[in-house]
Amino acid sequence: MSTTAIQPVPFGRRLKRFMADRPLIPLIILLVILVLVLQILRPGIVNERWLANTVKFAIPLAILAGCQTMTMLTGGIDLSVGTVATMSAFIMATQVVHHDPAVAILIALVPAVLIGLVNGIGVGVFRVHPLIMTLGTSLIGTGCLQVYQRTVIASGAKIPPFLAWLGTGLTYGVPNALLLFIPVAVLIVFTLRRTGFGRLIYAVGDNEGAARLSGVRYWQVITALYVISSVLAGITGLLYIGLIKAPSLSLAEPLVLPSVAAAVIGGTSIFGGRGGYTGTIVGALILTVLTTLLTILQMPEGARRMLFGLIVLFVTAAYLRIIEDR
Amino acid sequence: MTTNPLLDATGVVKTYGAVVALRNASLSVLPGEVHALMGANGAGKSTLVKILTGAIRADAGHILIRGEAREVRSPADARRAGLLPVYQEPSLIPDLDVASNLRLTGTPVEPFRAWVRELGIPDLDIRDIARDIPLAVLRVLDLARALAVEPDVLLLDEMTAALPANLAEKVLEVVRRQGDSGRSVIFISHRFVEISALCDRATVLRDGETVGVVDIEPGVEERIVEMMLGARIEKTQVAARQASQAASPRDSRARLGVANLRVGTKLNDVSFDLANGEVAGVVALEGQGQDELFAALAGSIRPSGGTIEVDGKPVKFAHPADAIRAGIAYVPGDRTEALTMQRSVRENIALPFSAALRNWGPINMAQERSRVVSAIERLQIDTRAQREVQRLSGGNQQKVTIARWIAAEAQTILCFDPTRGIDVRTKQEIYKLLRELADQGKSVLFYTSELEEVQRVCDRVIVIFGGRVVDVFPVELADEPALMRAAYGLPRGAKEDVGILADIHSSPVAKP
Amino acid sequence: MTRLVRRQGWVAGLLVLFVVLFVITKLIQPGYGSGDFGSLVRAVLPYAFAVAAQTIVVIAGGIDLSVGAMMALTSVTAASMMDGASEEYAVFVVPFVLAMGLVLGAVNGMLIVVTRVPDIVVTLATLFVLQGAALLVLGAPGGAVAEWLRATIVGTVAIPGLPEISAWIPKALVLLVVFLCIIWIPLKRSKLGLSIYAIGSSELAAFRSGVPVARTRIIAYALSGLFAAMGGLALTMSTGIGAPIPGPYLLASVAAVVLGGVALGGGKGGLLGPIVAVFVLRLVRTDLTLLAIDPNVTAIIEGAIMVAVVMFGAFITMRSRQS
Repeated sequence: MSTTAIQPVPFGRRLKRFMADRPLIPLIILLVILVLVLQILRPGIVNERWLANTVKFAIPLAILAGCQTMTMLTGGIDLSVGTVATMSAFIMATQVVHHDPAVAILIALVPAVLIGLVNGIGVGVFRVHPLIMTLGTSLIGTGCLQVYQRTVIASGAKIPPFLAWLGTGLTYGVPNALLLFIPVAVLIVFTLRRTGFGRLIYAVGDNEGAARLSGVRYWQVITALYVISSVLAGITGLLYIGLIKAPSLSLAEPLVLPSVAAAVIGGTSIFGGRGGYTGTIVGALILTVLTTLLTILQMPEGARRMLFGLIVLFVTAAYLRIIEDR
Repeated sequence: MTTNPLLDATGVVKTYGAVVALRNASLSVLPGEVHALMGANGAGKSTLVKILTGAIRADAGHILIRGEAREVRSPADARRAGLLPVYQEPSLIPDLDVASNLRLTGTPVEPFRAWVRELGIPDLDIRDIARDIPLAVLRVLDLARALAVEPDVLLLDEMTAALPANLAEKVLEVVRRQGDSGRSVIFISHRFVEISALCDRATVLRDGETVGVVDIEPGVEERIVEMMLGARIEKTQVAARQASQAASPRDSRARLGVANLRVGTKLNDVSFDLANGEVAGVVALEGQGQDELFAALAGSIRPSGGTIEVDGKPVKFAHPADAIRAGIAYVPGDRTEALTMQRSVRENIALPFSAALRNWGPINMAQERSRVVSAIERLQIDTRAQREVQRLSGGNQQKVTIARWIAAEAQTILCFDPTRGIDVRTKQEIYKLLRELADQGKSVLFYTSELEEVQRVCDRVIVIFGGRVVDVFPVELADEPALMRAAYGLPRGAKEDVGILADIHSSPVAKP
Repeated sequence: MTRLVRRQGWVAGLLVLFVVLFVITKLIQPGYGSGDFGSLVRAVLPYAFAVAAQTIVVIAGGIDLSVGAMMALTSVTAASMMDGASEEYAVFVVPFVLAMGLVLGAVNGMLIVVTRVPDIVVTLATLFVLQGAALLVLGAPGGAVAEWLRATIVGTVAIPGLPEISAWIPKALVLLVVFLCIIWIPLKRSKLGLSIYAIGSSELAAFRSGVPVARTRIIAYALSGLFAAMGGLALTMSTGIGAPIPGPYLLASVAAVVLGGVALGGGKGGLLGPIVAVFVLRLVRTDLTLLAIDPNVTAIIEGAIMVAVVMFGAFITMRSRQS
C-alpha cells in the first residue's frame, strides 16, 4: 500500500505543510504589506503616534479574539463576548458612582461569570451548538442590560481615571494598555502550550471521543473554558470603555465579528484542535490596519462587514484545503 | 448464452494521496453467472465496488457495460446502467417509511412486495419507518428493492452477514435463481461455504491488484487462499509456534472479575476472570457483543446488569475516567477513535496525564518528556513525523495508542483488534509487547478478528457468541478450526450441521 | 391510528398548548378579541416565514444562520425600491425580491457544497455579508411600501353571511397559509421533498439511493432563501419601512423549529409544527405584555424560553443518539 511514499513531495504540498506548521510567517508578511500600502496611499501616516494608536485599538480586539481562539480550539465559538464586554463596562461605569472603583469592577464581572457559566453548561452538558447557545445568552444579556439601564437611569455614569489612563494613556509613547495586555497574552499562550488545561482544550477540539477515552471529562473543560472566555471579555469591556469613554448599550458589539475574523486569520481552525494565540494577535493587528485602510478608502461600514464575512469564509475554506489531502 | 461479458472492468486504478487502493484491478462478469469477488482485508474489494457503483471515480481504467464504455459517475448512473448494489449497511433512509423509500428510488411496489414475500418476510407493512425495522430485515428489504427493478448485474456485499440462518438461506436461494435466469450477480463474501455452493467463478484481489480468476470447483479453496495471501502463509506459521511456546506461567489472583454482565440486548450474561500476568483472548464473529463488552469494561457505556470487580472490589464506571483510575485502559480498534490526529506524538501520549482536574495546572515538561520518551523507545515508534500524528503510518499510530497507556502505567489493558490493517512487522512487535506486559505482571484482554493471532499471544481464550461466553479454551487447544467452530456457537467436539454454515471443517479458513 | 398519533402527537400537543394559552389570554384580558388576534397574526408573519426558512434547511440536515440577515436585506431592498415609486411599481418589486432571496439562498447552498466548509460556518459568513449588504442598501431604517401591499395584511377576509367567523380570519393569516401551502404542499409530495428529507436523515443512504445530494442541498437553501425573502417582505409590509439590522429572527427560528418537533439533526418533522410553535411563542409574549410586565423583562423571559427550548432540543437529540 505504500509504493509511492518514496516519491519527492511536490512543491504545492510542501507549501501547504509549511503554512500549516508556521502560519505566523505569511501573516507577518501580510501585515507588513498592509502597512506599506497604507504608507503609499497616505505618505507619512505611519509614524510613532499612528503606531501607538493602532496598538491601542488592536488590544481590545486581540483579547476578544483570544476568547474566540480558545473556544474555537475546542470546535466552539463565543458570540456573547460583545454583550459581556458591554455589560461589564456599562455596569462598572454606573456602579462606580456609588462604590469604590475596585468594588465596582468586581460587581461588573459578576454577570460575565454568570453568562460564561450558562454558556459552559449549555454547551458542555446539554450539548447545544456553541453558536446558538452564546447567541441566546447574548440576547438575554442585552435584555437584562436594558432593564438595568432603566433602574440606574438617574444615577449617571462615569469612568474611573485609572481605566481612562489604562485605555488611552501613553508612557514614553508606549500605550499603557500593554500593561494589561502583555500579562494576559503571556498567560493565554502559556495556558495553551504548557498547562494540562491547554492540552485538554486542544484534545477536546481535535477529537472529543479520544479525549473521553483518555479520561477527560468534556463538560469540565468546556464549562471552565467558557467562564474564562467570559471573564476575559468582561476585562476587555473595562479596558475598552477606558478607550472609548462613552458607555452605551452597544459598546463592544462591533468587535464581535472582527474578533472571529482575527482568530480565523490567525490560523486557528474553526473546527478545533489547530491554532494558537500568537497568530491571533497578528490577526488582530492585521484587521486593525485593514480597518484604517478601509476608512482611508472611505469604505462604508456595510462593505467592511461584507469584507470581513468573505475573509472568514475564504480563510476557512483555505485552511480546510491545507488540513485535507496529506 | 453469449460469451460477451455483461460487465468488464480492466486496469482500474485508484489512489488516495500516497496510498494506492487499487493498482490494477480487473473484473469481468458473464451473463448468468454468480461471480465471487474475494480478497483479504484491505485488498481493495470495497474500493472496486465503490467505483463500479459510481460512489467514487477511478483514476484510470475502462469499464464496459454490455460492451459499451460507460461513465458511471453516480449511483443513479449505475442504476440506469443496470448495476445495482446492496451494501453492508442498509441504504434505506432511516426517517422515511418503506413506501417513500421505494418512491425515492423509483422502485415499483408490487414486484418489491413479491420479492419481500419470496425472501421470507410475509408480514411487512410498507408504511413502517425504516428506523423501526430490525437490521436483518432491512438488509433483506434492500435486496428486494434491488431485485424489484430487475437489474442486469446485482452486487452483493457480505449479504448474509448479520442475517439469521433462515433468512440467509432464502437469500442464497434467490441469488442462485438470479444467475439461472440469465442475470449476473457479483457476490462478495468471506464464507467459502457460500461461495462454493453459489458461485461459478471468482476474481481474487491482493494489494489492489487482480491476481487471478478461477472457476469454482471442488478443492479450489486452497488455491484461492494462496492467491489472497501471496507468499505470507509459511512465514506466519513458523512465528506462531515460537510465540505459543513462549506462554509463561502466571499469577493466579484475579485482577478483573466480570460476573453476569449484560448490556442491552447485545451482551447477555458474560462472566470471566482476568488474572495478573495473563493475556486473555476474546474470539467472536462480528457483532456478537464483544464491542459492548469492551466498552462496558472501559467505562464508555453503562452495563444494564451484572458486576465488575477490580482486585476483588466491586466497581461501577460512569465515565472512562473511572475505569482509568482503576487502572483499566482501553485501546480501541479504530485508531481514529483514540488519537488527536492534528496533535503531536508527545501530546497524544501524555494526554491522560492532564485529564484529572488536579493536573490542569502547569506541566512539568522535563518529567513528561522522560516518560514519553521511554514509552516511545519501548515501542520503537518512528518519530520522524512526530509533529502531527496523522502524518505517521498506521502501524506507528497504533503504537502511539498503546504507548499512551504504557506511559500512564495502566495495570490492565483492553486491546480491541489492535493489529487490524497494519503491517506485518508492527503486528509482530505488538504481539511481543503484549507478551512482555504480561510477563511484568500486567493483564491484557485481547480481542482479535484474526484467529491465527490467538496462539501467538494469548494464555487463554474466551469465545463469545450471541452475547454469551460459549467456551473458554486453554491456548493449547485453541487451534483455528476449534476456535472457528466455537465462534459459530458450536459446542466443542460436536460436528452436526447448522444450515448454511454446515461443514466448517472442510472450509479452508479453518485449516490454513 | 397509533401511527398517526405517534407522528402527529407532538403537533397536536402544540395545538392544545396554543388553545390553552389562548384561553389564558382571554382570562387575563376578557376583551381580547378578533382585532387583537389580527395584530398577533401580523406580528407572527415575519417570524413564521423565518421559521419556514429555517425548517426546510434543518430538515435537510443543515442550519441557516443567515435567515435574519437575509430578511433584513430583502426588506431594505423592497423598502428602498418602493420608496417614492408608483403603486404599480411594487408589482415588479415583489417578484424581484423573492427571486433575490431564491438566488442568494442558492448561493449559500453552493458555497456549502463547493467549499465543503460546514454549513454553520458558511452561513455565519454569509450572515455578515448579507448584513453588510443591507447596510449598503439602506444605512438607517427607512424606505416605504406600496399602499396596496400594506392593505393585503391589514383587516380580515370578508365571507358573506358569516361576519362572526370572518372577523377571526385576518388577511395576514390567509396570506401566510396560502404562501406556505403553495410551496410546501407540492414540495412535500414531490420526489424533491423526499430527497430533502433523505439527505437530512442519512446523507450516505441518500447518495446510495441515487439522490443528487449536492443539488438537493442547494435547492433546500434556495427555498430557505425564498421563504426568508417572504419574511423580509412581510416585515416591510407590516412596518412600512425596511430596517438594515435584523431582529432576533435567527434564534427565534431555531427555537420554533426545535419546539415544533423538527430534530436539529435533520430528516424529521414538518412545517406545521414549527408554525404552530411560533404562534405559541408570540402568544406567550402577548400574555406577558397583557400582564403589564416591562417589555424589556418580556424580552429576557422570551430569550430565556428560547434558550431553554434549544437546550431541551439538544438534550433530546443527544439522548436519542445515545440509544
